[in-house]
Amino acid sequence: MNVKWIKFLVFLICLLPLLRLVLLGLFDGLGPNPVSHLIHSTGVWSLVLLLVTLSITPLRRLFEVSQILRLRRMFGQYAFFYGLLHFLIYAWFDQYFEWQGIWRDIMSRPFILVGFISLFFLVPMSVTSTNRWVRRLGVRWWRRIHWLIYPSAFLAVLHFWLEVKRDIREPLIYAILLGILFLYRIGYAFLCGRTKPLLNSNQDCAGVQR
Amino acid sequence: MSIHKRDDILSSEITDENIYLGRREFFCKAAKLGFIVPGLKFGTAEAAGFLNLFSPIKPSALPDDKLTSFQNITHYNNFYEFGTSKSDPAKYAGMLKTSPWEVKVEGLVRYPRTYSIDDLFKTYPQEDRIYRLRCVEAWSMVIPWRGFSLAHLLKKADPLGNARFVEFWTLHDPQQMPGQNIPVLEWPYREGLRLDEAMHPLTILATGLYGKSLPNQDGAPVRLVIPWKYGFKSIKSIVKIRLIDHMPRTSWELAAPNEYGFYSNVNPSVNHPRWSQATERRIGEWDLRKTLLFNGYANEVASLYTGMNLRKNF
Ligand code: HEM
Repeated sequence: MNVKWIKFLVFLICLLPLLRLVLLGLFDGLGPNPVSHLIHSTGVWSLVLLLVTLSITPLRRLFEVSQILRLRRMFGQYAFFYGLLHFLIYAWFDQYFEWQGIWRDIMSRPFILVGFISLFFLVPMSVTSTNRWVRRLGVRWWRRIHWLIYPSAFLAVLHFWLEVKRDIREPLIYAILLGILFLYRIGYAFLCGRTKPLLNSNQDCAGVQR
Repeated sequence: MSIHKRDDILSSEITDENIYLGRREFFCKAAKLGFIVPGLKFGTAEAAGFLNLFSPIKPSALPDDKLTSFQNITHYNNFYEFGTSKSDPAKYAGMLKTSPWEVKVEGLVRYPRTYSIDDLFKTYPQEDRIYRLRCVEAWSMVIPWRGFSLAHLLKKADPLGNARFVEFWTLHDPQQMPGQNIPVLEWPYREGLRLDEAMHPLTILATGLYGKSLPNQDGAPVRLVIPWKYGFKSIKSIVKIRLIDHMPRTSWELAAPNEYGFYSNVNPSVNHPRWSQATERRIGEWDLRKTLLFNGYANEVASLYTGMNLRKNF
């Protein structure tokens, strides 16, 4: 299959969680607490997609499938998309789009603040995820900005951790997965010298040779 | 007092469940058959929150509030003995054997006694009461309980002069309550009330809801209901009621003392450290409601706390 088709397929697959929520909403299937269901589901998908984005590099190295690097940008954009949906649903149904109330909430509740910073870090990455921006910024700066995915993912897991009341098993799973992805990178840098640049000057940000 | 005696419940309120289920069924069927434009569904009462968005937030107690459906009352439960997800209790509470069942009344009383559930039914006439239930997680329901005032039972036991508090225990049996294999809380679940709170006529031992016997996931065969406190105070599947002279530790207070106090009265101006208690979501609705002090039962219970700093004694 050619890469274009695979990309298109992945594009559609990443839309399925949203499609599911829309259908559940239309057919009264969101359960007893529909708003909570929407917030939870979009939050979890955003986090999952962040972790998928982060696992592209290790997968590429371990299995030598450099093609998947071309999917990374899409996974990252979808992580942002679901994170933004998550925030908008909260802003709508929990705050009725009262920006003062949202700001007060961010400033008074650590778990909301942590989620906010996580989302905030995703914004510049999302904006600069085009070839034009790589060229405009230069690879060095572009890579610096996209390094934000590490604190963003860490804060997203922390946000989840702080949100649960008592049973930390679910956020713990995400913390472990994130830990593995971090350790892999540290180990790689340690064993193979400094981290191999994911990009060099004649690749675009999706890793494609110019 | 806003205690509803059996006669006060309109039969229409009780059948609401059926209407609810009927309507749901109609819309599901109609939608599946393509008879209605899915978007139109948002015009139904359940989802009207979509349209009310920019109107003022309603208070949590209104005279025409609908009962929460039986389906939702029995499928959205916090009962960690059967798992920490809200849907776990409906799935696993069938493992609980509620008969035979004994409830011990002991401690600082003149007449300690062990009741079987039949004894409880024979000794104390059951009445129906519609109460709002406000969970500490900022959601709420309106539930038609059946039960009797705990005061009747306590009076019969005749507390001694030095009895100041009442302690309640849930069954401890990981075989029947698989959630107890996981140390999310200190098992068995324990709760407590000051004696005057326990003697208050609004405090009931519930044995049923919607006119039927209590479903297991809602705390069968007998549970406490204290409508002006957060839901976790209303301990389920009780096996022991003990009168003591000191303030007991409770499971949630042991787990996170800065988040869950002994009193845990519903109070919109005292926030949980991690979320606001000013508003709540009525289960089955989309829009927010304003939470009321003592969950709207201030006229009845505020006198229990005169002179007390509710922020400190949260
Ligand atoms: C301003 C930004 C954000 C706000 C205001 C926010 C708000 C919330 C709220 C209110 C909840 C709890 C929902 C409930 O208890 O019903 C929640 C849960 C969650 N959020 Fe966020 N969030 C933000 C950003 C993020 C981001 C960027 C991610 C992921 C990348 C994320 C992932 C999650 C997850 C995984 C949960 C837990 C879901 C669960 O318990 O199943 N959030 N968030």
